[in-house]
Amino acid sequence: MATGTETAAEAAGHGGGHAVGMPQLDFSTWPHQIFWLLVTLVVIYLVLTRLALPRIGGVLAERSGIITKDIAIADDLKQKALKAERAYNDALAQARADAARIVAEARAAIQADLDAATARADAQIMAKAAESEGRISEIRAGALDAVTEVAQDTAHEIVAALGGKADAGSITAAVAARLKE
Amino acid sequence: MATEGEGSGFAIHPMDQFVIKPLFGGEHVHWYTISNVTLWMALAVLCIVLLLVVGTAKRSIIPSRVQSVAELVYGFIYNMVEEVTGHDGVKYFPYVMTLFLFILFSNLLGLLPMSFATTSHVAVTVVLALMVFVGVTVLGFMRKGVGFLGMFWVSSAPLALRPILALIEVISYFVRPVSHSIRLAGNILAGHAVIKVIAGFATLVVASPFVVGAVGAIYGLELLVAVVQAYVFTILTCVYLRDAVGDAHH
Amino acid sequence: MEGDIAQMGKFIGAGLATIGLGGAGIGVGTIAGNFLAGALRNPSAAPGQMANLFVGIAFAEALGIFSFLIALLLMFAV
Repeated sequence: MATGTETAAEAAGHGGGHAVGMPQLDFSTWPHQIFWLLVTLVVIYLVLTRLALPRIGGVLAERSGIITKDIAIADDLKQKALKAERAYNDALAQARADAARIVAEARAAIQADLDAATARADAQIMAKAAESEGRISEIRAGALDAVTEVAQDTAHEIVAALGGKADAGSITAAVAARLKE
Repeated sequence: MATEGEGSGFAIHPMDQFVIKPLFGGEHVHWYTISNVTLWMALAVLCIVLLLVVGTAKRSIIPSRVQSVAELVYGFIYNMVEEVTGHDGVKYFPYVMTLFLFILFSNLLGLLPMSFATTSHVAVTVVLALMVFVGVTVLGFMRKGVGFLGMFWVSSAPLALRPILALIEVISYFVRPVSHSIRLAGNILAGHAVIKVIAGFATLVVASPFVVGAVGAIYGLELLVAVVQAYVFTILTCVYLRDAVGDAHH
Repeated sequence: MEGDIAQMGKFIGAGLATIGLGGAGIGVGTIAGNFLAGALRNPSAAPGQMANLFVGIAFAEALGIFSFLIALLLMFAV
């Protein structure tokens, strides 16, 4: 502090100022300060207008341009993504519909095959049944004839055994009449 | 007067730090002398160049730290000029920016220990304020002609009051450069003087711990003041500029 | 002796001049307090009024700085 005072006293000795007056009011230094202030301001002004401000303004403008462009691109991409999603959904729905249709077709075809096979099987069964019935009725008819014959023979033998004279025609008629009952 | 403090055991000379000393010897301070004023103004210019020119040299889209600070300052002052003065004021933006940067860096550099605060000198701030005052007046008359005087005639007041109001308005108009300059110089001067006075009490051993704390606290306050005063000077410049270039909604 | 009295007058005058700083304190406090009260009522409007706040504080503070300046002038320049 003491050395500071001395140097200040030395330095402030000019212009008739006090050692520790108010240096601000030492008007002999005003031209000096004003001169250097103007030089400083002009230098700063030139540096700003020639170099700094256009550069920073340019960078800011460029950045905002890039940002708007990027936002536009992102928007575009988003639209594309939405479109792709819509296309995907469409395709999915289409595929689902196709699958349903194919399933339905397959089911119909299978049903038709099944019906045809059933019909065929029914027809075969019918034919077999008819044939069997024919044979059964044949067998039945055969059995009736055999019964008639046996009855005629038996009746003839019985009549003969009883000592009568059997008339073949009347026996046959009698048997047939009895069988008809 | 120099011995006042020494009588009571303190050596408090709060004004020593504002003395203008030629750097390369010599007794007289001529207008061209290279002194500590020159040095600290040059350092302010250097800082501005480092921040705004060297810091932005890469012009990167994704800014580095220094570049983003430069862009922050640019955007801050640009928005201020545009908001306060309107669209027509934007072409005076470089001038306002010059004032802001010079005051900001002078204030901040002045807070370095052993440094010299150029903005604490009334000569400097008076010139800064007068430039704004004269510039605004000339611009106002150039852009609005005699209509610029309508600013002093408050048409919304009762007719009887208008001459009195006009007188007050004229006086307040001419007080503007005084308050504009003294505010800046006074704030910086007061802050530095207070720090120096409090630091002077450090010779008292009992008080020294408090002195350290107090100087730290005041230093923080002064950092705030340095920035706020630069801001205030700039925004007042914009407000005055609005009278000259803005719409007539004064 | 006369010098001493003049000295004393200077110091007393400087001390009295610093009272003016109290007025600046009241003014700045009023502005900041009212700003805060308004900002708490309508926080969304507060950032837009920052500039007015600082301008108001600057005007109020300037008057305090004037009285500080008077004190300095009395101490060092008269």
